[in-house]
Amino acid sequence: MSTFLGMPAAPPRSPYGTGNLRGDRKFPKAAHDELRNEQLRRNLGRATRTIRTKRLGVTGELPDWEQLRDAGSAIKTDTMNRLPELLEQLEQKVTEHGGTVHWARDGAEANEIVARLIRATGSSDVIKVKSMATQEIGLNEHLESIGITPYETDLAELIVQLADDKPSHILVPAIHRNRDEIRQIFLDEIPGVDPDLDNVPAHLAAAARVHLREKFMTTKVAVSGANFGIAETGTLSVVESEGNGRMCLTLPDTLITVMGIEKVLPRYQDLEVFLQLLPRSSTGERMNPYTSMWTGVTPGDGPQDFHLVLLDNGRTAALADTIGREALNCIRCSACLNVCPVYERTGGHAYGSTYPGPIGAVLTPQLAGMDAAKDDPNSSLPYASSLCGACFDACPVKIDIPSMLVELRHQHTEQSGTTAEKLAMKAAAGVMKRPKLFTAAQKGAALGRIAGGPSGTISHLPAPLSGWSDSRDTAAPPKQTFRAWLASAEGAATMSAAAEEGARRTADDHKEDR
Amino acid sequence: MRIGLFATCLGDTLFPEAVKSTAVLLARLGHDVVFPPDQTCCGQMHVNTGYQREPVPLVRRFAEQFGDASIDAVVMPSGSCAGCVRHQHEIVAERYGDASLRAGVATVKAKTYELSEFLVDVLGVSQVGAYFPHRVTYHPTCHSLRMLRVGDKPLKLLRAVEGIDLVELPEADSCCGFGGTFAVKNAETSTAMLQDKMRNIATTEAAVCTAGDSSCLMHIAGGLSRIRSGTRTLHLAQILGSTRIAPYALTEAAR
Repeated sequence: MSTFLGMPAAPPRSPYGTGNLRGDRKFPKAAHDELRNEQLRRNLGRATRTIRTKRLGVTGELPDWEQLRDAGSAIKTDTMNRLPELLEQLEQKVTEHGGTVHWARDGAEANEIVARLIRATGSSDVIKVKSMATQEIGLNEHLESIGITPYETDLAELIVQLADDKPSHILVPAIHRNRDEIRQIFLDEIPGVDPDLDNVPAHLAAAARVHLREKFMTTKVAVSGANFGIAETGTLSVVESEGNGRMCLTLPDTLITVMGIEKVLPRYQDLEVFLQLLPRSSTGERMNPYTSMWTGVTPGDGPQDFHLVLLDNGRTAALADTIGREALNCIRCSACLNVCPVYERTGGHAYGSTYPGPIGAVLTPQLAGMDAAKDDPNSSLPYASSLCGACFDACPVKIDIPSMLVELRHQHTEQSGTTAEKLAMKAAAGVMKRPKLFTAAQKGAALGRIAGGPSGTISHLPAPLSGWSDSRDTAAPPKQTFRAWLASAEGAATMSAAAEEGARRTADDHKEDR
Repeated sequence: MRIGLFATCLGDTLFPEAVKSTAVLLARLGHDVVFPPDQTCCGQMHVNTGYQREPVPLVRRFAEQFGDASIDAVVMPSGSCAGCVRHQHEIVAERYGDASLRAGVATVKAKTYELSEFLVDVLGVSQVGAYFPHRVTYHPTCHSLRMLRVGDKPLKLLRAVEGIDLVELPEADSCCGFGGTFAVKNAETSTAMLQDKMRNIATTEAAVCTAGDSSCLMHIAGGLSRIRSGTRTLHLAQILGSTRIAPYALTEAAR
């Protein structure tokens, strides 16, 4: 085949995303520390169990829940298949309604755009609500570095921000904190807070409210995320529980929304499906308390200056991959986190990314890469799962997370060159494809009886199996394999006796039939 | 019915009692049990650890050994191996196989069953003539539960066992933490999951925790042994294979 001059040999690949999409340690190492935090384990266990139970209650009561999931999945799949045209339509509609659309290739570009827009207002403060996207790109850190102070207004995000902590859950960012800890954080970090503040949730919320009200009344610029952007009308939407988001979205003069490009929906009508799927899956509520929608600007009502920053940051790269494309269907409800036994024990920080839990283990390597050959911490994420499948059952848009994890593991081993594990796997397959060798290996395994000693149990195994034997005994292999038993006189006699009984039973059954 | 018995590599080598019980049970129910002698392993460990080229010969071997039209059904005492045959062999064959392998895989996929679903769905029996006078709790393994959707079929079978005292396991649906190589790669997280499972097992005061997968039971048994728990594990097939004439002697078997 001839090549055109100037024609690249391979199509250009979209760049991976930047920002808070990579931890500094691999999952097992990070999990090691988190597992030792007894308080965290208790907080997470209690919180996820409560949300799990509530979710099962409210999803179970809908007779058409499965059809809703199918509809959600179909709409998202359709969206991803024609993302470019939908985004252009969204841009056109937002512009028609007096908004301004900005396109950001990566985190750095998005941060610069937002900073420029805030600077143009002359404000050195900004209030923020509901944005995984700005967490992903590290907007707060960027703003602080140039002298702009961001104030988180979502209660949980405020707690995380005041404690100089990181969110550990998509929906409940402060899930790892209990009330006593929150009380102490408020006492230490909120200026002028009542020194006699106790740990009663209502009192904690009141303290936060006093602090936040002042910010709402005095800050002229807000940054928000978006749960949905409707291509058909140019409408943006945020769903939340506290009303702080609505304050943010309506009171300031300038509103800047940062939205990942995958959050677009084709039609206004599609909201019907997602406004049922999202709250039921995430908080276990039939309807979230506040759903805010805005379309461009309305003279005399709400912010008079509206900007939409459409963020790529690795999403186009993910879209080009079949697994990545399905992962982009995620509506960030966190149902998969709440049912995941691994997340429940380790918490979100162990995943090292803004997106923790099962969907994070799929999405993060897609957005930011997982260079196995370079020992990237992200390359450990596909293995941070027992493949129990609870996430797939819980996902409101039916993302097959376990199969995607298996596929990512395959990509990982294909990237990683020759490793001891690969050699062992090849060797095992080599034995298992030859029955004679397999039988010989079984005999070898039976020799493991010696290691079992008189007790018949093995309590220490060499690396890499030492992690297993730290908490589990291993029974010594039995004397005889099944196939050896079947070939033995005893096996033959047992099977023929069973067959005779079977023949008698069958004959009796026939008699009864007659 | 002519049933091809797949022992699974783990069952054949380390848990032969579960496979013996399966074979005897199916024969006692009047079926012709055949054991294709060149069978080895389904390749699940490879696929789940991220290797899809390496198990191609294993997938081919499975299809060859059980593809014969004289075999009406392929039955195995393992939900996860049945899940692998039904859901993962196709993936391997699609990616690295040829047309004949894809056809072979499709043939065996359609007739492959885990023991409890074969008994209840295909044979239509829940009463298999078992006798097991002990307190038992059942752990539904993840792949049986969510990959195969066996639902309450194992419980139907257990409820029909004479003399059994079947007690519900709290938080039964949560994973025990085995997950194949997960238990090695993420040993500490796996252990944390196992500890919660063992705590739940302890509240049942059962003499036996049963399940449809020897692999999950190996992990749970390993933990129970380490803490010197009074509860032991037994594969579902062994309980179903225990009869009044040949009852399973729990005390003898307990090490």
